[in-house]
Amino acid sequence: MSKKTNTIISAVLLVALCGFVLILEQILPSTHIALTVLKKSCIYALLAVSMNLLNGFTGLFSLGQAGFMLIGAYTYGVLTIPVAERASVYQYYDGGLIQFAVPVFVGLIAAGAVAAIFAWLIGLPVLRLKSDYLAIATLGFAEIIRAIFQWDKLGVITNGSNLLRKFPTFKSTLFPLIVCGICIAVIVLVINSSYGRAFRAIRDDEIAAEAMGINLAKHKRMSFCISSFFAGVGGGLLAMYQTSIQASTFKSSMTYEILLIVVIGGLGSVTGSCLASFLYIACSEWWLRFLDTETYIGSFKVPLLRSGFRKVVFAVIVMVVVLFYRKGIMGDKEFSPARVHDWWQKKKAKKNAGKEAAQ
Amino acid sequence: MLKVENLKVNYGGIEAVKGISFEVPENSIVTLIGANGAGKSTTLRSIVSLEKPASGSITFNGEDITGQDTDVIVSKGITLVPEGRRIFPSLTVLENLKVGAYMRKDSLNDDLEWVYSLFPRLKERSWQAGGTLSGGEQQMLAVARALMSRPKLLMMDEPSLGLAPLIVQEIFNIIREIHKDGVTILLIEQNANMALRTADVGYVLETGRITMTGSGAELLADEKVRAAYLGK
Repeated sequence: MSKKTNTIISAVLLVALCGFVLILEQILPSTHIALTVLKKSCIYALLAVSMNLLNGFTGLFSLGQAGFMLIGAYTYGVLTIPVAERASVYQYYDGGLIQFAVPVFVGLIAAGAVAAIFAWLIGLPVLRLKSDYLAIATLGFAEIIRAIFQWDKLGVITNGSNLLRKFPTFKSTLFPLIVCGICIAVIVLVINSSYGRAFRAIRDDEIAAEAMGINLAKHKRMSFCISSFFAGVGGGLLAMYQTSIQASTFKSSMTYEILLIVVIGGLGSVTGSCLASFLYIACSEWWLRFLDTETYIGSFKVPLLRSGFRKVVFAVIVMVVVLFYRKGIMGDKEFSPARVHDWWQKKKAKKNAGKEAAQ
Repeated sequence: MLKVENLKVNYGGIEAVKGISFEVPENSIVTLIGANGAGKSTTLRSIVSLEKPASGSITFNGEDITGQDTDVIVSKGITLVPEGRRIFPSLTVLENLKVGAYMRKDSLNDDLEWVYSLFPRLKERSWQAGGTLSGGEQQMLAVARALMSRPKLLMMDEPSLGLAPLIVQEIFNIIREIHKDGVTILLIEQNANMALRTADVGYVLETGRITMTGSGAELLADEKVRAAYLGK
């Protein structure tokens, strides 16, 4: 299959997906769980892909995702709350320090930019570290950021440990779908550019990459900043989805959730991350919900089903994935029409070969 | 072309290279031979700044490049084929070659053609992941990748390491061919026999010092070299 047909079919599939979501929105009531799952999984897909850029494509094991999401969420919230609402949101801080509001898209871009600036600063000392040490340092950074944002001395900006709310949010599922789609497309472009090739070269062999003239510090920082930029945008979108922001929800467990999605989808696979985030969100919010409710069939109480059992089942699934599908759903491969086509051709050839052998 | 003077390199408290001087004239093949731990690899690595020299100077085409960043040195035209091949296993052969040309902004088509003509095997496998190649093919890919940066000086760190004699022969034939195309070559080898046969000038390195120098043929005929490195 030629590259052109591949692109065309991919584009058609994406448009079809948008159309499908649009139809779904018309049929289903706006509070239907399917739409909630779709919204959240779009945002998580962006977060997972941005983490994958760093962990899967550049080989930098960072656990700072929740920290950058928090920065993004707060930047978006602080900048976009309408001026008229500020007095009620910042009721303990005399209406807060900032007395202007920017449009939604400016807010989202600012969310990414501020996260990227923090990443650049943090990257200066931290990116000298490797593997586990880098993970520990970035994890520590995320925790510190969370504490700082709750500090009441900064309350005039961050509202301390109180909620930020009343900022603009979205209603249609198409909004996160399209915004995340564009962001993921940009990340894919980066991965396929010569910079992306350099990132992957660094992941494969740092010394060889350096010997080829790739400036390690510069490229690692670049990857770290790009990843954080989109983590920040994702954080802003997550704030829109949740309609309120509180620093205490951006725990390290949020980072692990996203790391889980990246690993299940496959380190180094963008489509894997997207697929896995949909599956993960659908399972945790919808398909496995029944495990958490006590159920009676007649007078018979189904054993094990009670609040918290979902988490147990989830843990078992994760263990099975790690034990038997170590490379995740997609490994480091990508889903594309051309690949399906090749696979189909191969299968057909095998079948024909089998038939001939039988004759 | 390349002039190394009084180069000293330390690893912690250990002096790996204890003040060596040598020269690589333009359009020649120069080889450094010596046993393990003589400081050969360290010398090459410090020329491209992968190790920082403790003292001494390295000049390339009359310009002092001591301690400059690796990317600057690569763009000036010195490229190292690192020891043990070190290709990028999950990148395709073509991507490996493109990373080799990372410092260049101009068109790569001519060079891809040149490299593929030197290594036809790589053209057949251009869509294969680097890690799936055999040892010999990986060494060819490592050399090809380095050539993609259009080096004036190509430095090779033990290209024959762990390869079958027939493949070693092939690699050395290609080294001569690359040399004919106008690339100056600095070669490190433990396979002293092959290296000295190929080289115009040879230096013998022992525990961080140069103990002997001469043309390839002279060193090949020397009793001490024969006893120490050729097993005769």
